Amino acid sequence: MINIEELKEKAIDSINNAKSLKDLEDIRVNYFGKKGEITSLMQHFKDMATEDRKKFGQIINDAKKSIDDLIKERCDSFNSLVLNEKLKKESIDVSLPAKKIGLGHLHPCTIVFNDVKNIFEKMGYSVVTGPEIEFDEYNFEKLNIEKGHPARDEQDTFYINEKVLLRTQTSPVQARVMEKGKLPICIISAGRVFRSDSVDATHSPTFHQIEGLVVDENISFTDLKGTLTTFAKSFFGEGIKTRFRPHHFPFTEPSAEMDVSCFKCGGKGCRFCKNEGWIEILGCGMVNPRVYELCGLDKDKCQGFAFGMGIERLALLKYEIDDMRLLYENDVRFLNQFD
Amino acid sequence: MKASNYFLKYYVKDLDVAGKEFAEAITLTGTKIETFEKLDKNLDKIIVVRINKIEKHPNADQLVICQVETGNGTLQIVTGAPNVYEGMLCPAVLVGGKVASSAHDSAEYPNGITIKDGKLRGVESHGMLCSISELGRPADLYGGADGIFDMSKINCKVGDDAIKVLHLDDTLYDFEITSNRIDCYSVIGIAREVSATFNKSFTMPKTTFTPSFKDNHYIEIEVKDKDLCPLFSTRFVRNIKIEDSPEWLQDSLRAVGIRPINNIVDITNFVMMEFGQPMHAYDYDTIRKKKIIVKRANNGDKFTTLDGQVRELDDSILTICDGEGAIGLGGIMGGENSMITSSCKNLLLEAASFNGTNIRLSSKKLGLRTEASNLFEKGLDPNNAIKAINRACALIEDLKCGEICEDFIYVYPEESKNINRNIEVSAKRINKLLGTNISPEEMKNILDKIDLKTDIDGDTLKINVPTIRKDILGYADIAEEVMRFYGYDKAGETIPNIKISPSSLSKQEIIENYAYEIATFNGFSEAMNYSFESKKVYDMLNLKADAFERNYIVIQNPLGEEFQIMRTQLVNGILKSLSTNYNRRLKSSKLFEIANIYLPKDKDIKVLPDERKTFILGGYGKDLDFYVFKGYAEEFLSKSHVCGKISFVKNENIDYMHPGRTADILVGDMKVGYLGEVHEIVTKNYNIGTRVYILQFDLESVIKSSDFVFKYHEISKYPKSDRDLSMTVPNDITADKIESVLIKNGGNLLESFELFDIYEGEQVKEGYKSIAYNLTFGSNDHSLTDEEVDTAINKIITALNSIGIELRK
Repeated sequence: MINIEELKEKAIDSINNAKSLKDLEDIRVNYFGKKGEITSLMQHFKDMATEDRKKFGQIINDAKKSIDDLIKERCDSFNSLVLNEKLKKESIDVSLPAKKIGLGHLHPCTIVFNDVKNIFEKMGYSVVTGPEIEFDEYNFEKLNIEKGHPARDEQDTFYINEKVLLRTQTSPVQARVMEKGKLPICIISAGRVFRSDSVDATHSPTFHQIEGLVVDENISFTDLKGTLTTFAKSFFGEGIKTRFRPHHFPFTEPSAEMDVSCFKCGGKGCRFCKNEGWIEILGCGMVNPRVYELCGLDKDKCQGFAFGMGIERLALLKYEIDDMRLLYENDVRFLNQFD
Repeated sequence: MKASNYFLKYYVKDLDVAGKEFAEAITLTGTKIETFEKLDKNLDKIIVVRINKIEKHPNADQLVICQVETGNGTLQIVTGAPNVYEGMLCPAVLVGGKVASSAHDSAEYPNGITIKDGKLRGVESHGMLCSISELGRPADLYGGADGIFDMSKINCKVGDDAIKVLHLDDTLYDFEITSNRIDCYSVIGIAREVSATFNKSFTMPKTTFTPSFKDNHYIEIEVKDKDLCPLFSTRFVRNIKIEDSPEWLQDSLRAVGIRPINNIVDITNFVMMEFGQPMHAYDYDTIRKKKIIVKRANNGDKFTTLDGQVRELDDSILTICDGEGAIGLGGIMGGENSMITSSCKNLLLEAASFNGTNIRLSSKKLGLRTEASNLFEKGLDPNNAIKAINRACALIEDLKCGEICEDFIYVYPEESKNINRNIEVSAKRINKLLGTNISPEEMKNILDKIDLKTDIDGDTLKINVPTIRKDILGYADIAEEVMRFYGYDKAGETIPNIKISPSSLSKQEIIENYAYEIATFNGFSEAMNYSFESKKVYDMLNLKADAFERNYIVIQNPLGEEFQIMRTQLVNGILKSLSTNYNRRLKSSKLFEIANIYLPKDKDIKVLPDERKTFILGGYGKDLDFYVFKGYAEEFLSKSHVCGKISFVKNENIDYMHPGRTADILVGDMKVGYLGEVHEIVTKNYNIGTRVYILQFDLESVIKSSDFVFKYHEISKYPKSDRDLSMTVPNDITADKIESVLIKNGGNLLESFELFDIYEGEQVKEGYKSIAYNLTFGSNDHSLTDEEVDTAINKIITALNSIGIELRK
């Protein structure tokens, strides 16, 4: 018995004095190897009486476990020393420049378009598209802008021939949807539009619009206000206020323009909002009953609203870009500022 | 549309707000104010003085010393103006007061200049005598001459506030009028909106007068083209006295920027502002045979308008003729031959109504836009014209400048008669549209205020709409009128109660999103180019005469040659953009664009063209080559789950591409795009001095060949076996040939292969290249034995040998 206690003390002592993983391995072999001291004690085992065997077995197993655990513990501590040494050697200068991944960037108009689209999609709107080269009939006539209407001059249209033109607005998409005659309608349409404006800091003959149309039997002006105020708050921030001003568009009646409180000065008036405290954002209104009629819907039954806004204008406002030409120049130093 | 506060107060006498408060309120009822300006914003302490004595300045020839009477003593003021004289009344700014800087340096002093005590060349001066431009007003509205403003003929006395005397304590508003509100192109129309907005009563100006004589034959009118002229009315005024208008009239015109001329012209201008109705004044004695004929001109007729220009006419242009020939262009401009001069004795006044569209087209054709044509092209109300001509007569009477004939000679055919409309709408219907709960009585109150006389019958509103409000047709229009004065801001905010059928992304949207992802993840930024370009770009792109791209759609009325045709490719846009970056010395740029190209389906564009969404990537710079772009192509197609084998087939026939470095991209048999290096001739044309690569996809074809319905492939649990094959390949054998051998002979066990080395040079014999592939074998149901792999490899090697490929040892 004492024999085993002594053996254990001795083993612990040598483990504690081990200087390397190799020393530990030698110790392990010394005790647990084929001719190891613990192993040879086990040889006596089979000669013992059952009762002694049980008692002895208990003792020897305890000793074996203590030694074994200690070796493992010391091994771990040697391993972690070695690892720490290695990691220390591998230390790098984290201030050195990064390897450039060089992700590309979306055009500011695409970013703004996606932002607007996402807001309306969350409200349940579907996105609909239509042709950019369009029939006069859809771009004007079905939207209550008959031949000779002053709005046709205001919009200075590019014509391909008498009946075909470059759409001046995305509204013809709405006419095409209404013509299908299925209620309710809850859509946004977006895309390129064209107007005969010479290129300067605030005009471009090509730009993008996003429009919405909601038609059912009970959609009211207060729904229009609620929807667009919700949109404005999501797009410009919860603190923004909206203002609806009467206006005129041939395809809506009543019509309005929506302003938002200046997001630079909070409405006090500054250079950005030309001291008005308000910034004009979009046009909207209740769909003119005449338009339902022209698109083949029941004008006595249908009630709904439409709105439209210019993507470029929103982009210029959002990023405070002061010259629209930058949007079509495609200088990567400009484009790469947006994500 | 401009109107001043003074002008508006002629009709809304109790109006007591001005400036910002006024602008905000009227904007919210629908008459938006673009800008407003207080005319005296930079003026302070300016009084009328009399110059009592003028002496020479001892030290300066250009200056004089004036002793001026202020009504509160005398002051000494030195001035350099040469037009002063003893006894002259003029404005003077006192010390501590302010004047506007005169026009030439107004940018320097946007807030005016404060006058201090001072010495001019050694002589004390206590104030400043003022010119009209120093009072902030354009000199040409006050007779043109600058110098100290002479007030001697103006009704005022020494010590008066000069700002008040000159009616400069006024605010000028510039209103944005929407195209439906023809009635608001008049001060009266705006005044009516003002009265309703601020709840102040509205006074219509006087349109009655006492005639002096009778003559029912003073003129004979014949309107031949009634479709172009619904009303032609005249008034006859004899023994006119042409002189300056009274101050109030002159100042009313000046405030809105009109130069006073003489009483007759000023009256017609004033009434045009008031009623929005242009009028014309003829010298009665020049009208031959006392006859007026309104008719279309003959093609080729020539006519001299009162600006002295000779105009060539055609049969769409309406002329006003007398018994012998044209004396005016209806609604556009009068003629030189009948204009009134200072010697005019008798006057024929005309107020007419013309077809708006015809006026617009004629004025465009003649290149002659006048204030009159701008108004007439809106299609003016004949009834308003009659009011306007009577108003002019009332003013003639007030100003005592002529005798008015009692008889009123006009042509206003029954079929052209504009009469008030009666419309009936349900208050409930209006509330349903607006989402409001406004009582019929409240609606009536609002409508009455804007001259829409309303009777209530239960829920029904019976409204009498005056002819000038031709924009009001039905319940929606009435709803807008009610809402404007009820207050857009007072309506609540609700969210539509609507059954929405959820929609998932379409295949097209998904693939477009992938295009954006692939492009941006690989470092391409998004470009946007115009949809129209010059047809010259097809020469820059080196395209043959019969290239399909040259079959383009032409814009009839382009902004210029450079924006004349609808693009049939996106290459020009991307090359132009890359060139911009290259020439701004950027070492590398990568751009992409997703946009439509427009391919005509028929010659005359009777049907809409094919608009094909196209995805193009282009770039130049380090690390870019054909194979990098090929990688982008593969990534995009694999992400789009195209069904069918993707292959790249050399295409030597794209005119703007390098013939040896361009490939079509095929999915199965369908071409979905192409990629390669841009032809050197073309890069030179675009002024780019380096290699440019592009990759273009027709998205519709990609969408057609993609299928998102797919099932997962089992991943093998058994170990794979790798073998490398290094071979010497004759130069004319392409990689795809080798790969087809691998696929054909590798059998089921060959899972994948990868080319990992390619070499041409010293260690390889002439005419050969060295290529190495790594082949991976595996099976889903067992671990492969060496024998199985060897059998497969040997089969491959035999097949490779048979086409002249040897294995390197």
